Amino acid sequence: MHQDRYNPNQAPWDPQIAQARIREFAHREGALLPMLHALQAEFGYIDQAAEPLIADALNITRAEVHGVVTFYHDFRHQPAGRHVLKLCRAEACQAAGGDPLAQQAEARLGIAMGTTAADGSVTLEPVYCLGLCATAPSAMLDGRVVGRLDEKRLDALLTEAQQ
Amino acid sequence: MTLRLFIPRDAAAVSVGADEVATAIGAAAARQNVAVEIVRTGSRGLLWLEPMIEVATPAGRVAYGPVEPGDAEGLLAAVRGDGAHKLRQGLSQGLTEEIPWLKRQTRLTFARCGIVDPRSAADYRAHGGGKGLERALALGPAAVIEDVLQSGLRGRGGAGFPTGIKWRTVAQTPPQQKYIVCNADEGDSGTFADRMIMEGDPFVLIEGMAIAGIAVGATKGYIYIRSEYPHAVAAMEAAIAAARADGLIGPQVGGSTYAFDLEVRVGAGAYVCGEETSLLDSLEGKRGQVRAKPPLPAHHGLFGRPTVINNVLSFASVPIIVDRGAAFYRDFGMGRSRGTMPIQLAGAAKYGGLYETAFGITLGELVDDVGGGTWTGRPVRAVQVGGPLGAYFPRALFDTPFDYEAFAARDGLIGHGGIVVFDDTVDMAKQARFAMEFCSIESCGKCTPCRIGSPRGVETIDRIIHDENRAANIAVLEDLCNTMKFGSLCALGGFTPYPVMSALTHFPEDFGARPRLQAAE
Repeated sequence: MHQDRYNPNQAPWDPQIAQARIREFAHREGALLPMLHALQAEFGYIDQAAEPLIADALNITRAEVHGVVTFYHDFRHQPAGRHVLKLCRAEACQAAGGDPLAQQAEARLGIAMGTTAADGSVTLEPVYCLGLCATAPSAMLDGRVVGRLDEKRLDALLTEAQQ
Repeated sequence: MTLRLFIPRDAAAVSVGADEVATAIGAAAARQNVAVEIVRTGSRGLLWLEPMIEVATPAGRVAYGPVEPGDAEGLLAAVRGDGAHKLRQGLSQGLTEEIPWLKRQTRLTFARCGIVDPRSAADYRAHGGGKGLERALALGPAAVIEDVLQSGLRGRGGAGFPTGIKWRTVAQTPPQQKYIVCNADEGDSGTFADRMIMEGDPFVLIEGMAIAGIAVGATKGYIYIRSEYPHAVAAMEAAIAAARADGLIGPQVGGSTYAFDLEVRVGAGAYVCGEETSLLDSLEGKRGQVRAKPPLPAHHGLFGRPTVINNVLSFASVPIIVDRGAAFYRDFGMGRSRGTMPIQLAGAAKYGGLYETAFGITLGELVDDVGGGTWTGRPVRAVQVGGPLGAYFPRALFDTPFDYEAFAARDGLIGHGGIVVFDDTVDMAKQARFAMEFCSIESCGKCTPCRIGSPRGVETIDRIIHDENRAANIAVLEDLCNTMKFGSLCALGGFTPYPVMSALTHFPEDFGARPRLQAAE
């Protein structure tokens, strides 16, 4: 489940499915993060309506659940675009020419980093290191890693992301 | 005769087309009617040659790289000996072990990485894996801890705290549920050694954690891997299942009466969770906020229980230490930095990759000789050592030996061993600004110097860049860095001043100022 967190067949929010996933994880030590990952894999985001269900299952307050959901960059509060393109914006990729590539992506998609295209095709996100620092600059499209990005390779990725 | 080929499944190799190359070679073999066995390994760490594939020959493995899918047909023909094919001359690197970049290294922790099948416990054992655990079971807990202590192994995550002391402290707590936690939240830009071990030789990490469990009396371990590493997560989960089937872990570790089991947990995109106490809170299902110390994790760690928390490389160094003895490991290195360090060359480095060597090699040797300068062809202007919290070093400091104390003496740190090379197009004021910006994005918010200091730092650097009251704002920035350094709860706020101040000190011209700081010294 982890290696492919983007799922084109993500289900619409359904409290019964959510409840089933929550129950699957509730007995584990430190269950909240695995539970949230499972819900996000299922629905593509963490619906606010999931928070009281989780709070109930783990016997913690809804505020505590909300605090965790909002602390971590990974958890989405609404569905992403059909594709998610992450561009590494950390130092090694900066040293390898990542800054102009980020500008190229923003310009071509007509959106800012951290937002989704109006047609729902793609969400463009910064990521701070994919651990591909010797084959930089790097990106991840829907869980697939791409290294040695240049203008041309990025252009091909953007075309794919706009499908 | 079946031709054996080795193609990495390491994420860096995959990112530049290793999967496509494997598919193309499979298809070419079918067309040429050649029997091939393709073993998907980790990476040898010569990342500029990726995708680098190896062919088994009677003389040893021969490397080819960088290979593109279109090379598959020709490459197969070449390795079957069809004359002087262009690939034999162009892509062939000769015997892998003889490639100077690899031959000059001292591979202790990475001895098997890129060689073995990371999904196979049998292959691990066939290449000498499991001996550390065997000896640990024969020696008993006290002697194992003494070995780790005497080896001089220090935490490879960055802090450099002696691993044996952590273990001894946990061992001395009364018997109860204890935990072994592996910090695989390798968030520092320019570092990928943890990822490479998990993807290339995951059993060595499992073995190291099992030895820790036996040594301190812990039965359960967690490996906390960042979500940005999906390939490492998959590799560790597969290896843990294989290790259970093999008996390396489970209810009777190595056939003994010790029990030890492991579980992978995945982070959620918070850099600060690489700080050990944040990581523990995150594992408990909380916001990844830093805890005040004391109490130490060794006394009150995961779920309030005594916990050994070490980096991937620290655990992965343990099997060879216990197998070969403390003295073997301690004999490498210099001063108080013993053993070897897997150094990672990244960014604009021409020959980027994983270079494991004894402590003591100079920064200049690493950047110029090993790294070969830049692939852009431009001169190296600065290198950042130790991730986003590490200092920027100018060429003038390239004589610094790779050693915890030597770097500290020059207001830097070796951290997790990452070196990001920048050419002369770098704008150091922009890098200083980014350091503050990154801190403000990733701050957990628990302490004020980090939470409030970092956005103020961004604003102040912006004013300096825009020439508003430059001298006064540089003084404000220095003061702010001082507050963050001494007032923050953890290394995020505490070390962000390193890249900022080093950029300002060594590259004042980028901040529009005369080099007054250097002049004042």
